[in-house]
Amino acid sequence: MTGWFADFMNHPATYLKSGWLQISVTNLFVILLMLTIFTLAVVIPFPKDKDGHNK
Amino acid sequence: MSEMWTAKLRNKWQKNLPIEKLLPDDQPAYVASWIYVFGVLTLSAIVMIIFSGVILAFEGPAWYHTSDTGKFVNSLHFWSVQLFFIFMVIHLWGKFWMAAWRGKRFATWATGAVAFIASIATAFTGYLVQTNFDSQWISFEAKDGFNSVGVGAWFSVTNLGQMLLLHVAFLPIILGAITVVHVLMVRKRGVVPPIDAEPSTLSEVK
Repeated sequence: MTGWFADFMNHPATYLKSGWLQISVTNLFVILLMLTIFTLAVVIPFPKDKDGHNK
Repeated sequence: MSEMWTAKLRNKWQKNLPIEKLLPDDQPAYVASWIYVFGVLTLSAIVMIIFSGVILAFEGPAWYHTSDTGKFVNSLHFWSVQLFFIFMVIHLWGKFWMAAWRGKRFATWATGAVAFIASIATAFTGYLVQTNFDSQWISFEAKDGFNSVGVGAWFSVTNLGQMLLLHVAFLPIILGAITVVHVLMVRKRGVVPPIDAEPSTLSEVK
């Protein structure tokens, strides 16, 4: 594996710490990604065809 | 009516889950929402996991650690698991916030919860059988946790043979069976309506 992705992956995880709470940046990113997808899935309308029927 | 157990089972099946419910071509109007897509996305991911996992099982680590195709299939297996969990967690959130156990759907909810736990066990054993430094690190960190609760003698995370057999045989059978029951329960009771669904939207639409 080479390139920027290899550089990004090939080192120990960076951790954020606040009191008792400790989380890796990667895990925080995945949680925020899931929350974003969840929010988008709730608010984005489902596509309809030209007659107004659900696809 | 025949008293044969086969006839009794057939009649019970036909009464509870007729073929029209098992393979529907209509869905209620409220299903037309992206949040209802994540169950089937989770199923799609598990199909990819099983497909790539079968190839990995046949070819073995000497192949998937060295050849380009093997590394690709290994990565396909790994990233399908990442997507599987992302889809499953969003599916879980969606169903939790619409209280999906309503309308006699407790068994659907409960089998989903058990499938979630079985998935964690399957993924964990998967991490342990990667046969790389990552799996070595995870197993030696995890053994202390399992030993501290007294189960290390039966569930030995540093025992590659035990973890491999659990990952490729026992746990997939358990998870597969629970998933099948979960999907059958969804088909039996139907997809749960939103909490504030108007009665007019509960009709079936094409």
